[in-house]
Amino acid sequence: MHLVLFFIFALFALAGAANLLLQKHPINSALSLIVVMSSLAVLYLLLGAEFLAMAQVIVYAGAIMVLFTFVVMLLNEGREEKTWGSSAARVVGFPAVVALLAVLASAILRAGRHYGTVSLSDGITTTQDLSRVLFRDLLLPFELTSVLILIAILGAVALARKDDGNA
Amino acid sequence: MQLWMFVVLSVVKVAVVLVIFLTAVAYTVLLERKLVGRIQNRWGPTRVGPFGLLQPLVDGLKLFLKEDIIPSGVYRPLYLLAPLIALSCSLLSIAVIPFGETMRWHGMRLFVLSDLNIGLLILLSVTSIGVYGIALSGWSSNNKYSLLGSLRASAQMISYELALGLSLVGVVLRAQSLSLTDIVKVQAVHGIASWNIFGGGQIFAFLIYLMAAYAETNRAPFDLPEAETELTGGYHTEYSSMKFAMFFMAEYGNMITVSCVATLLFLGGWTSPFGDLLPPPQNMVVGVLGPIFWFVAKVFAFLFLYIWVRGTLPRFRYDQLMSFGWKFLLPAAMLNIVGTSLVLAFL
Repeated sequence: MHLVLFFIFALFALAGAANLLLQKHPINSALSLIVVMSSLAVLYLLLGAEFLAMAQVIVYAGAIMVLFTFVVMLLNEGREEKTWGSSAARVVGFPAVVALLAVLASAILRAGRHYGTVSLSDGITTTQDLSRVLFRDLLLPFELTSVLILIAILGAVALARKDDGNA
Repeated sequence: MQLWMFVVLSVVKVAVVLVIFLTAVAYTVLLERKLVGRIQNRWGPTRVGPFGLLQPLVDGLKLFLKEDIIPSGVYRPLYLLAPLIALSCSLLSIAVIPFGETMRWHGMRLFVLSDLNIGLLILLSVTSIGVYGIALSGWSSNNKYSLLGSLRASAQMISYELALGLSLVGVVLRAQSLSLTDIVKVQAVHGIASWNIFGGGQIFAFLIYLMAAYAETNRAPFDLPEAETELTGGYHTEYSSMKFAMFFMAEYGNMITVSCVATLLFLGGWTSPFGDLLPPPQNMVVGVLGPIFWFVAKVFAFLFLYIWVRGTLPRFRYDQLMSFGWKFLLPAAMLNIVGTSLVLAFL
């Protein structure tokens, strides 16, 4: 049962990603990205990470993608022209993608040996367990990340206010 | 429990809840027309059936029989998809709402469709997806009023979603759980004295939630997305017949959901206000129907308040709405979180 669901939603995610690249209209691409993110949320659920799944839907599929569609709606861009990309992208791009994938895959495999792995099952990591890890074992990295995000927000506000001097 | 039993029971539960929910939506419309009528010193609908009680049926029939017009300039796929998204998100959220005693039959909870650990988060995520219905409908209609209405609606919903979510954190901290059933159980002990709004000290969170929820459902005094004096009909200007009805049902469905959530999180859900003062009922029927009665009564009170507010308050201006949400509601919600955590940690 879990395996069937996994394949269905993995297929959704891949199809959404392919559709994102192939669509000519920006709003269709944005909507495909929502499909990808929601399918990822279901995959998280299958792994028992219920809080992460819901955070994925609320933050990514909800808030961030709404901003994307917002921008598309405001600019009201028409259809895009289809090009076959620059030759530089073809020469550098594909090897770069392969290298990136290799690095990521090896990092994830190594992390799996450290922290253990989960399999598709009925087991659930409750929100209580998650917060215990976040606020006890990984407190310092967690707080550092929040400070980093805060700095990014302040930077964005400062950049946005630069134009009107007396505001 | 066998699989077929599970499937049959689930289908029956879903069907019953859906029928009740949709009937409630139809009759909330009637209630609104009646009450606003009385507030404005007129009768409201009286002609169809006794006291106009059959009006929702006739309204539904009328919407069904209307011609379904699709304007020529629209972007068809999204124009057709948008009302579906709006209505299905509105209907989905009722699935996690428990509305009666935690009674089991063949190992299955009777008075909730699905009792989840993360019920509250599911509600929030469904609302955040519901924005797409409104945003896409306005954009795909290819009409300036629709676009302006939907831009307003989505900006408003994103802004107030933050205050709404943060106002609930205090309740979650107190219950130490995201499950709606657990949150109600925490409030069940001493009746009205242990409800979050009184004994739980979440009265500010309640007021913040109430204001944010009115904005989230695009209702007066925050009904700028459909301000008819400036925007004709807002995001659903170009919709007719059943597609319009779907937006309409979604709006009233969201009202009911918001009222249910307010009841569960702040007013003790299905528990009676008397708590332990009254002995637990010996009669089985009273034991089952009593909690449902309290739940429905509280939800009804919230719907009444919704309509009362609509009949009384004038509409906000758009800049007032935004500065109110970001500069007052959001900081107030954060202060509430800080206060609640300090109290819980040190008292």
